[in-house]
Amino acid sequence: MKSNWPRYVVPVVVFAAALLLWEWRVHALGISPLILATPSDIWTALIAHWDVLQPALLFTLKITAEAFVLASVAGVALAVLFSQSRIVEYALYPFAVVLQVTPVVAIAPLLLIWIGYDNVNEVLVVLAWIIAFFTVLSNALTGLKSADHNLIDLLKLYGASRWQILWRVQLPSALPFILTGMKISGGLALIGAVTAEFVAGSGNDLGLGWVITLSTRNLDTAQAFAALALLSILGIAILFALTVVEWALLHRWHESAVKREG
Amino acid sequence: MAPPLLSLSGISKRFDNGTQAIARLDLDVAEGEFLSLVGPSGCGKSTALRIVAGLLTPDAGTVTFPGERPELGFVFQEPTLMPWATALGNVRLPLDLKGVRKAEAEARAARALARVGLAGFEKSYPRELSGGMKMRVSIARAMAAEPKLLLMDEPFAALDELTRQALNDDLLSLWAEDRLTVIFVTHSVYESTYLSSRVVVMRPRPGRVAADLTLTPPAVRDESYRLTPQFTAEAARVSAALKEAMA
Ligand SMILES: Nc1ncnc2c1ncn2[C@@H]1O[C@H](COP(=O)(O)OP(=O)(O)OP(=O)(O)O)[C@@H](O)[C@H]1O
Ligand SMILES: [Mg+2]
Repeated sequence: MKSNWPRYVVPVVVFAAALLLWEWRVHALGISPLILATPSDIWTALIAHWDVLQPALLFTLKITAEAFVLASVAGVALAVLFSQSRIVEYALYPFAVVLQVTPVVAIAPLLLIWIGYDNVNEVLVVLAWIIAFFTVLSNALTGLKSADHNLIDLLKLYGASRWQILWRVQLPSALPFILTGMKISGGLALIGAVTAEFVAGSGNDLGLGWVITLSTRNLDTAQAFAALALLSILGIAILFALTVVEWALLHRWHESAVKREG
Repeated sequence: MAPPLLSLSGISKRFDNGTQAIARLDLDVAEGEFLSLVGPSGCGKSTALRIVAGLLTPDAGTVTFPGERPELGFVFQEPTLMPWATALGNVRLPLDLKGVRKAEAEARAARALARVGLAGFEKSYPRELSGGMKMRVSIARAMAAEPKLLLMDEPFAALDELTRQALNDDLLSLWAEDRLTVIFVTHSVYESTYLSSRVVVMRPRPGRVAADLTLTPPAVRDESYRLTPQFTAEAARVSAALKEAMA
């Protein structure tokens, strides 16, 4: 096998060079730390405020994870339901679309009233869920519908039940689509969790969204950047984890995950 | 004369979009026949096959099995395998659906794979197999449940000539060994002449039987049969009937 080192070394080198350039230009141009913190300032802030940042990171991770799990479960479950009954699909799909196209920022105040100002965490999860769930639903639905019709007929020939067709053909065919939906949804859940904090506040707990709001209010630009950096790392970690899951489930058989020689 | 294995009478089928695919199709199929169904594209061959399999319901007419309904096998033009399952997993499918115990299903599926020349490929995934091998898996899957009646819809159309001829011979051995009845849809005059004991020619849509030819190929044949005057003469008959049906 050919060595693949540029794949890993090049991005690291470029990223490090960008940080150095950033550090150097900010000093050289004398930009105020209130406007743009340098990488070293951000690192210092990260260490100094770890006592605030760490629980905020965990809190945001918790909201994201809950919204993501709910979005995945609800998205796949609804897609299965829709694939089993046209009527149910016609009846409910419009609601899913409405939920998707309505700006979450506009729903937040209502949810706060309905779910209650004492339950801000639930409001955050619901908002992030709304943002994250549609892509799982629509991908899963496409996947379930794109199952090979001849294969389904073959199962019918052998007397398979609906359930057997779903389990043996439709769900496996939909798996690559579902995983793609989940990869997008993971990122959206994080965006949702942070956006939700901006619009709904954060109750007793403090998430990274609020840390950014508060730090910019206090003109602590370095801390805001530190929170931002944590968000990026979190986003990358989520994407990476889901990519690993995808690889584990698909690499034996699916073209998208198969390593071709030559 | 023994009653036919299968009898189609007065079958008509019109699709929802208004296409009349088949009109008053009558056809008796005797047990043990190798029957090829040929005809111009769109004349309703696939539709007829799906009606026999019970995957489509005709608007008029009846499909009857005078004896007990035979165990069916179906092979499509595409291998139609589950890409997420190994060759063995694919061949096991009919047995699993019939509730055969795991150990027995595996043994029978492995045997079916061996019969089509794929011993040793049990653990391969479809993407690791060539087109011809995938088609062999598809045939093994159809054979795994030990069908009496095998329905094949242009199964070798996408294969190269040599692979196709090899599969023709393998199919003939399976047919002879298991005393199968085969209904084989093909576009190829030569393929139908080589394989069949009977060729049914359908006329253009709406499909109906235009000609019904009985062939007498040698019971055991190989490549050399394709070069004999008998083969040439039979192929000429089939070809002439097809031309007449299309006129
Ligand atoms: N599900 C369907 N809905 C509407 N029309 C259909 C459907 N299936 C087949 N048809 C039409 O019915 C006619 C017969 O189709 P069929 O597939 O049986 O032909 P065929 O003889 O198998 O053709 P080919 O040799 O090209 O495979 C065609 O005109 C086709 O367009
Ligand atoms: Mg056809």
